[in-house]
Amino acid sequence: MSQSVATHPKEAVHQILQLHPRDPGELLQILVEVQHAFHFVPEEAVSLIADHLRVTRAHVRGLVGFYSFLSDTFLGDYVIYISDNITDRMLDSQGIAKYLCSRLGVKLGKVRSDGRVSVQFTSCTGMCDQGPAALVNGMPVTRLNRERVDRMVEFITARRPVSDWPPEFFQVEDNFRRSDVLFRRSFDPGAAIKAAMTRGGDETLKALHFEEAVDPASGIAWKRGADETLKELYRSDLRGRGGAGFKAAIKWETCRDISAPERYVVCNADEGEPGTFKDRVMLSSYADMVLEGMTVCGYVVGAGQGILYIRQEYWYLKPHLEAVLARRREAGLLGKNILETGYSFDIAIHWGAGAYICGMESAMIESIEGRRGKPRKRWPLPVVAGVEKRPTVVNNVETFAAAALVALKGGVWFAGHGTMHSTGTKLFCVSGDCERPGIYEYPFGVSVREILRDCGGLEAQAVQVSGPSGTTITRPEFDRVLAYEDLSTVGTFMVFGRERDMFEVVQNFTHFFQHESCGLCTPCRVGTSLLANLVDKVAGGKGSPMDLEEVQKVSQLMKTTAHCGLGQTAPNHLVDSLVKFRGDWEKRMMVTGFEPAFDLDASLEEARQLTGRDDAAAHL
Amino acid sequence: MGSKLKVATCSLAGCFGCHMSLLDIDERLLDLLEVVEFDRSPINDIKTIEGMVDLGLVEGGLCNAENVHVLKHFREHCRILVAVGECAITGGIPSMRNHHTLKECLEETYIRGVGVENAHIPNDAEIPLLLDKVRPLHEVVKIDHYLPGCPPSADAFWYFLTELIAGRDPSLPLQLLRYD
Repeated sequence: MSQSVATHPKEAVHQILQLHPRDPGELLQILVEVQHAFHFVPEEAVSLIADHLRVTRAHVRGLVGFYSFLSDTFLGDYVIYISDNITDRMLDSQGIAKYLCSRLGVKLGKVRSDGRVSVQFTSCTGMCDQGPAALVNGMPVTRLNRERVDRMVEFITARRPVSDWPPEFFQVEDNFRRSDVLFRRSFDPGAAIKAAMTRGGDETLKALHFEEAVDPASGIAWKRGADETLKELYRSDLRGRGGAGFKAAIKWETCRDISAPERYVVCNADEGEPGTFKDRVMLSSYADMVLEGMTVCGYVVGAGQGILYIRQEYWYLKPHLEAVLARRREAGLLGKNILETGYSFDIAIHWGAGAYICGMESAMIESIEGRRGKPRKRWPLPVVAGVEKRPTVVNNVETFAAAALVALKGGVWFAGHGTMHSTGTKLFCVSGDCERPGIYEYPFGVSVREILRDCGGLEAQAVQVSGPSGTTITRPEFDRVLAYEDLSTVGTFMVFGRERDMFEVVQNFTHFFQHESCGLCTPCRVGTSLLANLVDKVAGGKGSPMDLEEVQKVSQLMKTTAHCGLGQTAPNHLVDSLVKFRGDWEKRMMVTGFEPAFDLDASLEEARQLTGRDDAAAHL
Repeated sequence: MGSKLKVATCSLAGCFGCHMSLLDIDERLLDLLEVVEFDRSPINDIKTIEGMVDLGLVEGGLCNAENVHVLKHFREHCRILVAVGECAITGGIPSMRNHHTLKECLEETYIRGVGVENAHIPNDAEIPLLLDKVRPLHEVVKIDHYLPGCPPSADAFWYFLTELIAGRDPSLPLQLLRYD
């Protein structure tokens, strides 16, 4: 056994449970730790956890079944996940996976018989600018090639613990290629909080902060600095960076104005949209700015607790983030009595466990509360009843970073950048067929062409803006601009060169959504499977015009009837592709009449063998 | 007579429940016969469709080679083809065997079955071979309309047929789609 796998289940589980309060909300966090300790969640652990939290075993198993990175069977001493985004595929991840499996003597998706290792695919791991990428026992390995694979196989054969592998294996680059006004400057921890707390006053920080007034009508305690900072946020016109573009100031004010004993601030670092990796860079190199934005938000809305919800793929950032949090507590920027003002706010990290749907805010809150990540009903919104049914601000990582700078430099300064309805700058995650993939910061209003020119991708035939759920942009549209006025985006920018077969892109995206549908509503659960099956049928040369009509029909149905944004946007890329890259579809359309997706004659083979018949009637 | 619509029906891997439900439209059958004429159907025992018919109603899914031939025959001879009932639309009860291999199913019945003598899997050339999985109709031919229900109620049949005969796209009202 490798040193990394715990061998005494009971003891190890008890140790993990000791570190968590008896709160069912801790369930997912406990399971994540158990998974890391054992490389699966043993049945024995299920019972211990269920008893400890006073929940049913079925509930515990329900989570294990829901989240991709939790498993009820042992995954081996070395657990390898290969990122399966289209950008990884374009860098031959499929060939590398095959090579790795053959070198290890393991079948894809199965544990080797000696229990040493397993290899499987996973959705995009957020290393698109340095793929093909993989996770080995939770650690990201980038720029995979055959040479790297050979060395990995060597280490695994020699049972070398992952912690002893050469650090260059786990080297993750920021690739910050272009910075604009937001990220050009270094950020001084505490500066934004101080600016927020002193805004609107001319006394010392302390004196100002304690100048509180109570609105007798609503019973809301508000502080001048908080109020003035909110005004700055209104002036900035900052809109949410998660893609939807809701105005942050409205959300914050709504949260503040609802009477409640407690409020929460949640930072959405789930970043599951394939091709997106800006949150990773922000949390690696600008963690202070993000955490400070959350603290400022807590101060403005009157929250005492912040939660940073991060996707499991970024588990390797855990020591770094915990160190930053500790340093900030040390410096009096977090915890009780921040900067000796009497204001208290702390931030806890919640880990996801592999579920794209958890990027959807109400699903994320379900996950934070220790349940399967299924979206709640649309109303009430989380800002009214979020975590523990308390008013909750949920914002994107980048939104909090921008808010910190608004607090620091003011709303007018911020609104001076970007366009009329999309103020400030935006981070773009550039990957795919270009010379310089990485993170680019531009003021809103930048054209697709300008980014392509800067990243060395002008030869592209298409760009997928905002990920699989976004929009496919073709050459004639390259002068369109990235802003809420035209192409709204979370920042994902995947470039496809002229030689790419755009049908393969569609096939990859369709399977992504099929895997990630949470299963709550029928249009999405069934629709994503129908679409994947239809696309596979076309890929297999059995597609007919009737199947394309069916793709259109199912897409339309999902757009209008799915419960949440996942199902509503999942067909976007198909609808775009059918219009813009019909040629790539049609070259696969061998048949004009309807044909089954499977081989009818082959489906009689088993019966032929059982009966020993081979007459004419025994064939179709 | 020549102006009447021609209708053909058949039951594949089904239980004839859908056909019984069609007959349950009772005296409305007489009204129906004013405007339609039945071609191949178990109702009149005609065995093959001659020429083209306007409407084909197919009950049941596909469990064997003969089902596939009949379905293809219907598709070739029916202008409009309708999958009628649960089994035609999803495979239904017969498709519960899809959780097992065909070998397991046949051995359970013909080798290990209670009271079986001379145990062997039947292999007479007259018996159609079973498909490895039971399939819904739309996986094998193009289906134009679906009439859901197990079985679709007599009123659902009546509504569906009268709408189609009137030249409209039949969209069943909610009360005909509720089964609880």
